[in-house]
Amino acid sequence: MKMSYFPGCTLKNKALDLDAYARRSAEALGVSLEEIENWQCCGGVFTTAKDEVATKLSSVRALKDALTKNQPLITVCSACHNVIKQTNHAMQTDSEFAAKVNRYMAEETDYLGETQVYHYLEMLRDVVGFDTLKSKVVNPLSGKKIAAYYGCLLLRPNATMQMDDPENPRIIEDFIRAIGAEPVIYANRNECCGGYVTMESPALSKARSNAVIEDAKAAGAEMVITACPLCRYNLMKNGADIPVVYFTELLAEALGVKEDTHE
Amino acid sequence: MSKEYLRDDIIRSSGVNPKKCMKCGKCSGTCPAYDEMEYHPHQFVSMVETGDIEPLMASKGLYRCLTCFACVDRCPRGVEPAKLVEAVRLAVIRQQGANHLSAETVAAFSDDETPQQLLVSAFRKYSK
Repeated sequence: MKMSYFPGCTLKNKALDLDAYARRSAEALGVSLEEIENWQCCGGVFTTAKDEVATKLSSVRALKDALTKNQPLITVCSACHNVIKQTNHAMQTDSEFAAKVNRYMAEETDYLGETQVYHYLEMLRDVVGFDTLKSKVVNPLSGKKIAAYYGCLLLRPNATMQMDDPENPRIIEDFIRAIGAEPVIYANRNECCGGYVTMESPALSKARSNAVIEDAKAAGAEMVITACPLCRYNLMKNGADIPVVYFTELLAEALGVKEDTHE
Repeated sequence: MSKEYLRDDIIRSSGVNPKKCMKCGKCSGTCPAYDEMEYHPHQFVSMVETGDIEPLMASKGLYRCLTCFACVDRCPRGVEPAKLVEAVRLAVIRQQGANHLSAETVAAFSDDETPQQLLVSAFRKYSK
């Protein structure tokens, strides 16, 4: 299956591994990621104001590009996924906003949110299937106790994101099981790490990040996995003393394609 | 601008109806930035309802909201307080010369590990 891939700014810079492992693993699973040409940055956070138009156009352009190829759009970064999915939802449900966007872009065909948006984890669950993934694992991470860190962007707002139960999610835990490891459940897995506010209030992100790590460790975790570069940055910068890694790294390891990624 | 004009502008821009609030305080109870906001999420809702927008526009808590949507998803009445915080912040930074974040601040903060996501997010939230 072919999917239009929106890597986003961080996966081209500080999170090269997140991108490389995602591409290599998808190939091993029979999914072809075709990077959208000339994609533009999503902006990192969705602006909820209904009268904010220009900052959402980069997402609409990516969504339209995928539609012209008749492909679903896939993202790996939690932030890109959140922004693009919320923008798509606004195009589907807010006709006044959609009309402004379509007038602004002045193209022949209007876009009304037709493209299907997947996060990479949803692709693993809904397109590949965790059972199939499990059958393709050559290097199971047996005995490893891993804490899934969802943070905020993957799950909320639930009415739009529709990924999983926002208060009791299981998609990353099921992923952990599929690669042969053992998920650790802890209360702070869907609470915020402090996000971009770390720039103005390092104390706030320190308190939030420490709460996540301490909670995960108390539940027996040896490692935390995430899809979000900013979550990983905040957890590491604030002194996490267990590894915090991208989920795609473990996926590549389990599929036996990890070493091929640095070309 | 009159109180009423400001209030109506915030309600229109956010799409939020503050009258739906039943004042249970769950938004503030779940807010990870609670300690750093002089007006907590439930107060935000109440102050927009009464048209008390100017103190909100002057508050530093505007720049502490994490946009984590915890208050949005956990509100039993679907009020969506974070959207009010966003609308008030935009009412400030959309004014001429009222950007909250400068490129110099970002340069001073950044190090070799800083992800681009952090920088673009901060600019998106704090500047026009």
